[in-house]
Amino acid sequence: MPSGRGSIHFGCGRVLSVWGYNPCGRLDEKMLTNKQPDLTYKDVTPKHFLDRRQFLVGLSVAGAALITKHEILNLTMPSRAAYAGSKISGLAKNPYSTSEKQTPYDDVTHYNNFYEFGTDKTDPARNSLKFRTSPWSVSVEGEVKKPRSFSMDEIMKLSPLEERIYRHRCVEAWSIVVPWIGYSFSNLVKLVEPTEKAKYVAFQSYYDPKQMPDGRWAGIDFPYVEGLRLDEAMNPLTTLCVGMYGETLPNQDGAPVRMVLPWKYGFKSIKSLVKIKFVKSEPPTTWNLANAHEYGFYSNVNPNVDHPRWSQAKERRLGEFFKRPTLMFNGYGDQVASLYAGMDLRKYY
Amino acid sequence: MQAFLRNKWLKVCVFIACLVPLALLLWRGFTGGLGANPVEFITHATGDWTIRFLVITLAITPLRQMFGIPDLIRFRRMLGLFAFFYGCLHFTTYIWLDKFFNFPEMWKDVAKRPFITMGFSAFVLMIPLALTSTAGWIRRLGGRRWLMLHRLIYVSAICAVIHYYWLVKSDERKPLFYGGCVVVLLLWRIGRWLKQRRTPVRAAVPMNIEVAEKG
Repeated sequence: MPSGRGSIHFGCGRVLSVWGYNPCGRLDEKMLTNKQPDLTYKDVTPKHFLDRRQFLVGLSVAGAALITKHEILNLTMPSRAAYAGSKISGLAKNPYSTSEKQTPYDDVTHYNNFYEFGTDKTDPARNSLKFRTSPWSVSVEGEVKKPRSFSMDEIMKLSPLEERIYRHRCVEAWSIVVPWIGYSFSNLVKLVEPTEKAKYVAFQSYYDPKQMPDGRWAGIDFPYVEGLRLDEAMNPLTTLCVGMYGETLPNQDGAPVRMVLPWKYGFKSIKSLVKIKFVKSEPPTTWNLANAHEYGFYSNVNPNVDHPRWSQAKERRLGEFFKRPTLMFNGYGDQVASLYAGMDLRKYY
Repeated sequence: MQAFLRNKWLKVCVFIACLVPLALLLWRGFTGGLGANPVEFITHATGDWTIRFLVITLAITPLRQMFGIPDLIRFRRMLGLFAFFYGCLHFTTYIWLDKFFNFPEMWKDVAKRPFITMGFSAFVLMIPLALTSTAGWIRRLGGRRWLMLHRLIYVSAICAVIHYYWLVKSDERKPLFYGGCVVVLLLWRIGRWLKQRRTPVRAAVPMNIEVAEKG
């Protein structure tokens, strides 16, 4: 079992407590076949697991005044219960998958940004436990010949699901390697037939202040919006993602459906997607609206263009002690560099 | 109350309490409780405790005067030194675990990134205060000059808050909270200064008392 915390993680290893998930035996023969999953989305809707709070009933800690509730949770339950999804089998392979060591599931689910659920990296796992992701549908509109809405069942079956093991680089200079599950977004685009006028694609996340009360402190406006140029959206790396680590997406990582754009900074990969709109001109994007000087529309991973407040030359891969150099387009230059030929990437950051 | 505050064991207790954050951090380190990004966790924890101890230290004088508990002065130097102690840990985390002693890169950071410049200033300003925190140095400098020098803590606290404010991405609650604390504690001092200016005739007091009273 990989504990994967690098040498800073002194002493006693942790037990990876993810029900039914066995990272060592995942690649069985079935996954190499191209079989369509015959599950409906309802079959694979996540079940609720242990609520950690029940362990805290009756817990009294001396000097608790100094320690926040969140710290107590971590102190008592260092192995952290995960909100695991349901298994997805029959995954095809993807030619762009990396063979690099995958980041432990526990890290990907307990260290990430999903500002609707709070701004601390450990907030999404804690605050998204009760997030309702069923029923769910994604509406596709704008400059298309066949506007329509897709149910989760339709999205799951729209194209054969692939395991796509991609590097994911956050704008904050940390990175992970995740075995996503999904297919090229272009499969969906072909179904709705964009018109001649469609030049960009705008995406919108779900937002419900009742289910996401911590969102009000995030300092950015919701619903979260993102965008791509149409040719970027049609690139085979652009992934419509419904799962990871052989299972449906956990709530905190953008359930039930999200985008994955491995050559762009993480915030471009919008989570909990509800609306896709084909448009004529560059759509507004959340972080650009919040701070245009720091976050551009393109936000391609680029070690040569620093964030105004920190260097982007290096990154810390979770689980590693030393920093590693960041790669141009996060190492996906062969697939995407041609999209930006002739563009000044300092200007279009 | 007075007997309690003057109890020599209380000072030992406060000293131990000030080490609890470090102990918790080490305990998490040995039990795998530092999360997915341990270096970031350590950086944030030591930074948080530096600014907290700065605020606590700045609160001593107002608390003494507002609530008439002059004996709190016994703890001020220790608390200030703990601010410096956690500041040292924070700075060490940065140069070791973040920059791996790559001094040219570090120097570029300090010059180019305003939030690093601010944090670095806050830390450097604490050094002379820590060095001259002994009774010997108070004597050598003379009470008035020593007091002037130690007003640098105001600047250091302001720099620390700006460092925090410039560092967050969008959720500004925590830096604004500490900023609010520092502003209130400094406004109180300005208020006191204005009041003292209106009553210029003051009884001469022995040096050591003055140090204790003015802070």
